[in-house]
Amino acid sequence: MDPGVIDLSRLQFAATALYHFLFVPLTLGLSFMLVIMESVYVMTNRPIWRTITRFWGRIFAINFVLGVATGLTMEFQFGTNWSYFSHYVGDIFGAPLAIEGLMAFFLEATFVGIMFFGWDRLSKLAHLGVTFLVALGTNLSALWILIANGWMQHPVGATFNPDTMRMEVTDFGAVLFNPVAQAKFVHTVSAGYVCASVVVLGISAYYLLRGKWVNVAKRSMTVAAAFGLASSLSVVVLGDESGYALTDNQKMKLAAIEAAWHTAPSPAGLTVFGVPDLKTHETRYEVKIPWVLGLIATRSLDGAVSGMSELVLKAQERIVSGQSAYRAVQVLKKDPQNMAAREVFARHGRDLGYAMLLKRYVEDPSTATPEQVRRAAWDTVPNVPVMFWSFRVMAAIGFLMIALFATAFLLCSLRKHMDAKWFLRLAVFAIPLPWIAIELGWLVAELGRQPWAIDGVLPTFLATSTLSRAELWTTLIGFTLLYGTLAVIEVRLILATIRHGPYEHSEDPQPSHGDIPAVPVTA
Amino acid sequence: MFDYEILRLIWWVLLGVLLIGFALTDGFDLGVTALLPFVARTDAERRMVINSVGPTWEGNQVWFILGGGAIFAAWPFVYAVSFSGFYLAMFLVLAALILRPVGFKYRSKKPDPAWRSRWDWALFVGGLVPALVFGVAVGNVLQGAPFRIDSDLRSWYEGGLIGLFTPFTLLCGLLSVAMLVVHGAAWLAIKVEHGAVHDRARRFGTFAAFAGLVLFAIGGLWIAFGDIGYRMVGAADAFGPSNPLRTTTEQVAGGWMTNYGLHPWMILAPVLGFAGTALALAGIRAGRELMAFGGSSIGALGIISTVGLSMFPYILPSSIDIHSSLTVWNASSSETTLGIMLVVTVVFLPIVLLYTAWAYKVMFGRVTTQEVNTNPDFY
Repeated sequence: MDPGVIDLSRLQFAATALYHFLFVPLTLGLSFMLVIMESVYVMTNRPIWRTITRFWGRIFAINFVLGVATGLTMEFQFGTNWSYFSHYVGDIFGAPLAIEGLMAFFLEATFVGIMFFGWDRLSKLAHLGVTFLVALGTNLSALWILIANGWMQHPVGATFNPDTMRMEVTDFGAVLFNPVAQAKFVHTVSAGYVCASVVVLGISAYYLLRGKWVNVAKRSMTVAAAFGLASSLSVVVLGDESGYALTDNQKMKLAAIEAAWHTAPSPAGLTVFGVPDLKTHETRYEVKIPWVLGLIATRSLDGAVSGMSELVLKAQERIVSGQSAYRAVQVLKKDPQNMAAREVFARHGRDLGYAMLLKRYVEDPSTATPEQVRRAAWDTVPNVPVMFWSFRVMAAIGFLMIALFATAFLLCSLRKHMDAKWFLRLAVFAIPLPWIAIELGWLVAELGRQPWAIDGVLPTFLATSTLSRAELWTTLIGFTLLYGTLAVIEVRLILATIRHGPYEHSEDPQPSHGDIPAVPVTA
Repeated sequence: MFDYEILRLIWWVLLGVLLIGFALTDGFDLGVTALLPFVARTDAERRMVINSVGPTWEGNQVWFILGGGAIFAAWPFVYAVSFSGFYLAMFLVLAALILRPVGFKYRSKKPDPAWRSRWDWALFVGGLVPALVFGVAVGNVLQGAPFRIDSDLRSWYEGGLIGLFTPFTLLCGLLSVAMLVVHGAAWLAIKVEHGAVHDRARRFGTFAAFAGLVLFAIGGLWIAFGDIGYRMVGAADAFGPSNPLRTTTEQVAGGWMTNYGLHPWMILAPVLGFAGTALALAGIRAGRELMAFGGSSIGALGIISTVGLSMFPYILPSSIDIHSSLTVWNASSSETTLGIMLVVTVVFLPIVLLYTAWAYKVMFGRVTTQEVNTNPDFY
């Protein structure tokens, strides 16, 4: 495989996925916040809540279309750029994507049109039902996508079939109830809820600071404070660290995050700060909190958190075992009925992927030298400094979010949220934070899995399509220009919508009695 | 419940159902936006056209996305080989389709005529380019694509973007555009108020239906008397593992006509293609709008079925390697996956159809230029 094609394919996937994931979290969270706001409207029958729902609905709509538009690329990118991946695991990986379309995206997309166009054609309760179905659809969508992604992290319920040269499903239930997928789902949708809460909180705070549309802003802020507090607690407490103790590769990810070069005596301490050194395999200037990591990662006092050096030794054993499997597969390609080869494959088949790591150094993995085996084993270590820092920044933002929403909740409960100027400013400045955390979270999950496309099964460098660099440059530049333009337009439209305010026409049809805007409304 | 052979057959039919579902629903959205700059001149007219599909196009588009997912799940070889092989064509389609959601939603956000005109042309591209490229892609599938599969079952494609456009594939592309424009014009005739737009839609629809009939006939003659076609050497193992290397294929001019001799009932598909399109033509001329829409639907169903039935059991033949062609019997998922996906489809597809029907019922009625100016929810 051409290394340039591999790098460009990875770059394009990362760019399009990270870009797609700028819009999705807001959709996930805002859809449920719309349900909450509209429920209040249906229950209280007060027009202000209709205004609130419709206003945030407009922000939702502008954001939603880009989520859909960029999602198109994702659905087909496995085929266009990762065709060997698609062949190799399509039997398992394709199913959740198809079910996502059938069960979730149809629901979301069909009802989203009715949600925007149906205000005057449906009863209040029916419209609320439609809004709820949109929220349900978006969140089910996330569930199926994360079942697919969870399987890449922890490929359960499947084995390699030498007759078809691919992974095939043996236990679909295991794929569905994959613990890594479940943890990821809760973590990811909670992050989306936090993101939406921060947006609603921040924009409302901006209105309150400017003394504009106070009636809408103060109510929106209350919803955001409550929803945001619950979600930020959920995103941290139900973080997906619990899944990291499951398999060798997940253990490796955890070790890289912690820059744990060697297995520490249990219960292991949590490294808060340090500078990982890639040459000497040690972490300098470490600041550790004793016991905490062992507790989080293994949910016990005596479970060990493996270090990278020990995991590399294990990988080395599996590579050697995988070489036998690879040899057996070569025999079976020519002679599918060879019983001796089938028997060898039955014993070593689970390590086949490890032998394929050698393909970076040698055409035929069964002829690799011990030095090549050693190097391939060290390849199983992801980029430690990036993992270490991405995780820490993400986690720090997570804790900041809890503090932000706890404060917001307290202020709202005391009905002081309209006057606490310092807090309102803070809330406006917090708007970009969830996106930073979310994008870093994607990096931790996906870079942490490297060198694997499918953990322990298929190395990333073998998973690409057989394309040319020119083709990849064409699409990479094309997507960049298209996405860049759309991003500028979207941000401008959202800012214009915020400036324009919650009312369809420039004047407030129901001027508030208590909080008359300090500045005459001219936008 | 079903054996592997039957499951593969069912999923081959379902592949057709998804493609036809896409053509019948999102097809008219593509046709409508391809017509947008021509049938509507003023801003109010254009908004009327856009809002005739505004509330429902998003759900329709899921047929395309589901098509991608279902091919991935049920026909992983087809997904892997075709989308990587037709790489730049696929990029063109995606880029054009990306313009649609933003075009629909962002156009109305500013009153500036230049802004709106740019989005009108973006929507036009978002309608025309996918319609054309899908047809060209189908043409390439009929012709066979230049790929070979190695012993690791990795696919190597030996062609480029320009190679996709041959006279035959362009013919297929134009047929696809004509088919979807008829469908879009028929939709507009049902959905917009009587007046200038309605009249123009009927004129374009008439022309497109006529073109569709001619192009479909030429395509048929080309298949029958041209040099296109494939045939399997030896019998296929309908229960065998999905491994294309074990099938041998040879190129035979006129090979795509063989099935009509073996199974004469298959002639029904091209007959429906012609009859439906003719019915659409008659309906549009006579001002019988439902008849026109029914006709264009039957026409699209017939034309797409014709392609599938002519090629059976082939799905994507290779033009350069005798052991690489993908068929119903060598390119599917495992029996387990096909079974699971069938259960999921049987449960959820009827539910999807039910709520889609409900959504159309809620949005029932003609869109008028007056409503465009008063309804704040409109694009």
